[in-house]
Amino acid sequence: MNTIGYRIKKTILYILLVLLGVTCLLPFLLMIVNATRTGNEIATSFTLIPGHALVDNWNTVFEFFNLFKGMWNSVKVAIPATLLCLYFSALTAFALAMYKFKGNKLIFGTILVFMMIPGQLGLIGFYNLCTALHLVNSYIPLIIPAIASTGTVFFLRQYVLSSLSPSLVEAARIDGASELYIFHRIAIPIMSPGLATMGIMGFIGNWNNYLLPMIIINKNEKMTLPVMMATLKASTDINANQGAIYLSVAVSIIPILIVFSFFSKYIISSISAGAVKE
Amino acid sequence: MKKRKKSNLTKYNNMGYVFVLPFVVVFLIFNVYPVLRTLYLSFTNTKIVGVGEPDWVGFNNYVRCLTDKFFWKALWNTVKMWGVNIILQLGLAFLLMMVFSDVKYKMKGLKVFRIVYYLPNLIAATSVAFLFQTLLDWRYGTFNRIILEIYKLFGMQYNPVDWLGSGATAPYVISVIQTWMWFGNSFIMLMAGVQGISNDYFEAAAIDGAGRWTIFGKITLPLIKPIMMYVAITSLIGGLQLFDMPFLMSNASSVSYKDMQTVVMYMYKFGFTTGTTQTGYASAIAYVLFLIILTVSVIQVKLFNRKED
Repeated sequence: MNTIGYRIKKTILYILLVLLGVTCLLPFLLMIVNATRTGNEIATSFTLIPGHALVDNWNTVFEFFNLFKGMWNSVKVAIPATLLCLYFSALTAFALAMYKFKGNKLIFGTILVFMMIPGQLGLIGFYNLCTALHLVNSYIPLIIPAIASTGTVFFLRQYVLSSLSPSLVEAARIDGASELYIFHRIAIPIMSPGLATMGIMGFIGNWNNYLLPMIIINKNEKMTLPVMMATLKASTDINANQGAIYLSVAVSIIPILIVFSFFSKYIISSISAGAVKE
Repeated sequence: MKKRKKSNLTKYNNMGYVFVLPFVVVFLIFNVYPVLRTLYLSFTNTKIVGVGEPDWVGFNNYVRCLTDKFFWKALWNTVKMWGVNIILQLGLAFLLMMVFSDVKYKMKGLKVFRIVYYLPNLIAATSVAFLFQTLLDWRYGTFNRIILEIYKLFGMQYNPVDWLGSGATAPYVISVIQTWMWFGNSFIMLMAGVQGISNDYFEAAAIDGAGRWTIFGKITLPLIKPIMMYVAITSLIGGLQLFDMPFLMSNASSVSYKDMQTVVMYMYKFGFTTGTTQTGYASAIAYVLFLIILTVSVIQVKLFNRKED
């Protein structure tokens, strides 16, 4: 098997794979390098050697907006939304999988239907509702709807059905455990790998969400990170200096890169799970 | 005794109602109501909600939408951007899947490669948009600068292309960026499908002396078909709702805008932009897009299932 032709072909394949990887990373590399150069340098020359303008660019960026404030706002939305999504999706999934009650099938069917409905369909009605309830510029419309996350309930229901045996629940009942106790002490630990994958994907989704927060939030001091980043469009100071734009982008993606470096395994496995389960 | 057991079980089962209650309440308020409210608005001539008394206008908004040449242009833009994107994205993911599942070459390093390929998908659309907008800037962008330096090496003149300003290139630039963001995701999904195939099949085929192309065509391909359909449908549903990237990378005053405006951007114009707000019409656009997505998904499912016979 190990002929020369085989080895050459295999090497070529590896080179192509690495080149594709470089394509994925190159824009980030250019971003990091350019974030340290002046707008003038970027416009007139190309290099991969960092420049000396990092501090100047930093000052330009933070004179225009406080990205850390945006990050903090995003944390205030993404963390409660993710936690609510996980807890209530687990509870709903547990109930749909373990109890026989009227309407169980109807709820599950409705979940399936709504999973197929594109998000933009209810957008106008959603905004109307928020105006009527005086929830514009509030985080409530960005957090509370996470309690009803159809996709997560669907995924966790399958997870409960395949990993939690009803006899375990019955045994706990005979021992006198309450239903809520069973959910907290038996179901949640069994679901935890599924919760971890859903939680990380949910967090990233919430963190990166743009359209809905843009519609709901228009006060500067309340903007989440992506919405704040979008205001760059309006800044003439920063647009005059490309180095500052690169720096803003670089700062804005640091948190998600940190999350990814810790949880990449879960993230990859959740995409795989999504593909195989459906 | 039996009766008591049954009533006990009913008691337990009644807890199901309690447990699903928070989900149901929030679902009705924030999912069901908005969708129905949008449907109602689509049959009225509401301009701005709460301002004036809207009239019921029947299907007027729908007729207007279907005869609105800007709507059709926006739909064509969306289909074009999505179409080029999905061919590149699935094509690339498919090739990678072939490479990594090849029984002859047995490529290593899947875990590292898929992390690298997936990385662009993590970044918020706003950050990606500004990154590429700046890199692709006509006069000062690093992308044109690199091409210029390469041309210079060969002693040639390069006339900088205005990638995002020209209607001839801008939509395809969006497609390529979308591909850059999403091919890793599709690849991981396809690979998950391949890895889900039992090794017994491959071993049995090897014993029967099947070649690698036969194995690919007769085992791998048919078994990952459901996943390919899933990838294609989710990408279609997402693709026809394309908004973030073209919205952020286009400029209403630029020449290329009319080639970059997608259906959701067009809806946004009437739904949420001060000065052009026509909520009733925007709602109808949302429903027409929904019906289009629904129809295409159903056709897709039918086509995929028919091939199975």
